[in-house]
Amino acid sequence: MELFTNQILAGISTGAIYACMALAVVMIYQAIDHLNFAQGEMAMFSTFISWQLMQWGIPYWGAFVLTLVLSFAGGIAIERLLFKPLAKAPILTNVAGFIALFAIINSCAGLIWDFTIKQYPTPFGSHPFLGSQLISTHQAGMIGVTILLLIGLYFFFQFTRMGLAMRAAASLPESARLVGINTSWMIALGWGMAAAIGSIAGMLIAPVVFLEPNMMGGVLIYGFAAAVLGGLTSPFGAVIGGFLVGIFENLAGTYIPGVGNELKLPIALALIVTVLVVKPAGLFGRPIVKRV
Amino acid sequence: MTAMLNVRDLRAYYGQVQALHGLEFGLNEGSMTTLLGANGAGKTTTLRAICNMVRSTGAIEFEGASLAGRSTENIVRLGIAHVPQGRGTFTTMTVEENLQLGAITRRDKAGVVSDIERMYDHFPVLKERHTQQAGTLSGGEQQMLAVARALMLRPRLMLLDEPSFGLAPLIVRDLFKILGKINREDKVTILVVEQNAQLALELADTAYVIETGRIVMSGNAAEIANNEDVRKSYLGY
Amino acid sequence: MSAIQEVVTEAPVVEAVPKRAMTLGYGTSLAMLALLILVPLFVKNFIIFQLTMLLIYGLAVLALNILTGGSGQFSLGQSAFYAVGAYTTAILMEHGGMNYALTLPISGIICFGFGFLFGQPALRLSGVYLALATFALATAMPQLLKLGYFEYYTGGVQGLVVTKPDAPFGLPMSQDMWLYYFTLAVTIAIYIFSVNLLRSRSGRAFMAIRDNEIAASAMGIDVALYKTLAFGVSAGITGVAGGLGAIAVQFVAPDAYTITLAISLFLGMVVGGVGWLPGSIVGSAFIIFVPNIAEGISKGLSGAVFGVLLFLVIFLVPHGARQVAIVAQQLLGKLRKN
Repeated sequence: MELFTNQILAGISTGAIYACMALAVVMIYQAIDHLNFAQGEMAMFSTFISWQLMQWGIPYWGAFVLTLVLSFAGGIAIERLLFKPLAKAPILTNVAGFIALFAIINSCAGLIWDFTIKQYPTPFGSHPFLGSQLISTHQAGMIGVTILLLIGLYFFFQFTRMGLAMRAAASLPESARLVGINTSWMIALGWGMAAAIGSIAGMLIAPVVFLEPNMMGGVLIYGFAAAVLGGLTSPFGAVIGGFLVGIFENLAGTYIPGVGNELKLPIALALIVTVLVVKPAGLFGRPIVKRV
Repeated sequence: MTAMLNVRDLRAYYGQVQALHGLEFGLNEGSMTTLLGANGAGKTTTLRAICNMVRSTGAIEFEGASLAGRSTENIVRLGIAHVPQGRGTFTTMTVEENLQLGAITRRDKAGVVSDIERMYDHFPVLKERHTQQAGTLSGGEQQMLAVARALMLRPRLMLLDEPSFGLAPLIVRDLFKILGKINREDKVTILVVEQNAQLALELADTAYVIETGRIVMSGNAAEIANNEDVRKSYLGY
Repeated sequence: MSAIQEVVTEAPVVEAVPKRAMTLGYGTSLAMLALLILVPLFVKNFIIFQLTMLLIYGLAVLALNILTGGSGQFSLGQSAFYAVGAYTTAILMEHGGMNYALTLPISGIICFGFGFLFGQPALRLSGVYLALATFALATAMPQLLKLGYFEYYTGGVQGLVVTKPDAPFGLPMSQDMWLYYFTLAVTIAIYIFSVNLLRSRSGRAFMAIRDNEIAASAMGIDVALYKTLAFGVSAGITGVAGGLGAIAVQFVAPDAYTITLAISLFLGMVVGGVGWLPGSIVGSAFIIFVPNIAEGISKGLSGAVFGVLLFLVIFLVPHGARQVAIVAQQLLGKLRKN
């Protein structure tokens, strides 16, 4: 029993990573109705930028904030330059665009900073949290920041004018235009916010998985899975989904025989897909009624 | 009286199919006009063309300014409110959020708050339900909400697409009474597209009849309502 | 107060390709065929090998076109079926001593079954959810192939070496050339089969499902049957392609069939034009040659160059090669009128 609880706790702490990534995923899904495959790479690139700023002598929090701003701007720039022209193209073509973006960012990061693993600092320290062997202060910090982000996003969407406009644009674009909202810019903003949230995710994750261009590959998939599990319309669901995915992954690795590290990912995905077969809109998503 | 809206040689297309064939009409400031016609005649297309929601050619002028090349949201910001077919309610948001959205382009916070109160005066049922999700409202209530949302823009011109659709006759009468009040008291020019010709002609002062993408009849609403030939040929009653 | 449901009138994820535009006209088809038959007579063996791979990946993209462009189901898992086909052929040839040609129908049938079975749970998923499920399948496959249980048959991490066959009846051609013509014959047969499939009642059922699943079901189409059938057929063709690939490349190994292959096939489908069968070979050419071109331009930034080239293609022709063909057709039509 103790092993079980330990694995749950361990799952929650790794799950914080996925929860944070899942928030960024849901953010962009709300804006553009798709999953952006390149989001992990964008987060990775942002993290490298923050690392570079620190190499140049800027202290951690200064680099953090600067990176946030740069990522926000970068997200908007990418959308305006690369995806606005594709707005009328078929969805699958847009997906090909995400894949192309992935290749570009990954390759550039590799060239600029090469593929050797780098240490990345954490502002929370890495001692055991409250004496527990399973959760470090950094992981507790991750969970804390993720929850703060979630609350911040909630306030933004529920209580600000911009948040209301974004929700409207995502929900019914034509009606949104009829009240004067520039839906095209709402999409750009969505990208910017998703990039900023992704950068936070990256900067929190890097101390754990170490900084290198391929660090986000697995994380992004788990982030997608978490977002889908939680229900793509629910940021709260995304966070819960993240923790659940972390737990699934750990339990699968511990209790299913023959499952080494390599099979953890497909098994976790299989579990999530099973949940979806039962609850197609995810755990907290709004049930979708399809009409002809 | 000056023409507030001037439409000349309007041709509209859905892909390769042409829906409007050189439509021409004008709206005088302060008027209540109705656009009538059978299903598929092009009534909805006309409204959509004014707001640039469908590909079209021709000249559309609003208060002297050309609307050509402007995006839908920019046309709306000029003061044209459009209540679309099916109402376009934001079903997952509350009644009050829908009203706030109507005013989202306005800067005067105090004005918005007082306007919301005025909407609740016009439509008391909305006040009752103001924290409810808009999707739970009945058809008639959602129509009132759609009109209220449009009014939150403080529009100079309001376009309504088949507001009576799917509503019980008594509710339609109430709605039209309110539209008349808005037209007279708030000085909002109104263009109503309707299939229910009888009620629309009672409400409006001017009427246009459209058939297969062209205006075939225009004039004083009362005269058209009294002209049995016109009614039988074009309006079916 | 009832929970608010989101009412969705879904626009189809995959846009419809009008039926008459699904294939090339007779003239163009014959010209293509002549090219495919004659070119290998004039080039070196290595180029012939590349042409063979062009046909093989073309088959795999074709299979994906049937699944996505035909029945509207999104799959990032084709690499799994390709792998199963490849390994089936390899195991039958190396452990079972079977003739290479005979292994292909077996690979096809086994993959058909595999795809059909996978299609069952996939019935309840669509769009992004199906993408995740097929992604899981694709990532699992290399790991499953490395598992200790199967190592005797699969050769574990190192895989198996496959013997390339000689031309039969002592024909005076190299192994590469024989394999190319053999692959060409198989490809033509499958292409004709696919075109007829999409034109048949089943094909219409696929497309009805793609365009509006609920309406299709209301019309009496057995949606479950046709969706799983589409998965099966697609998997079967991919399996045959995998088998041919194993013979052409002369080995099979788990890390040759990763998610990268599945993503490449997806890109091939988009570049060729979703649902446009002739485009499959254009897509295949893209995924075989453009990465090499990218590496030639810049070794360090080959991924970035590839991405940029891909963006260029999708900016210029968002609907893929089909768009180019339509424009060409219109130009020819205008020329004929003058």
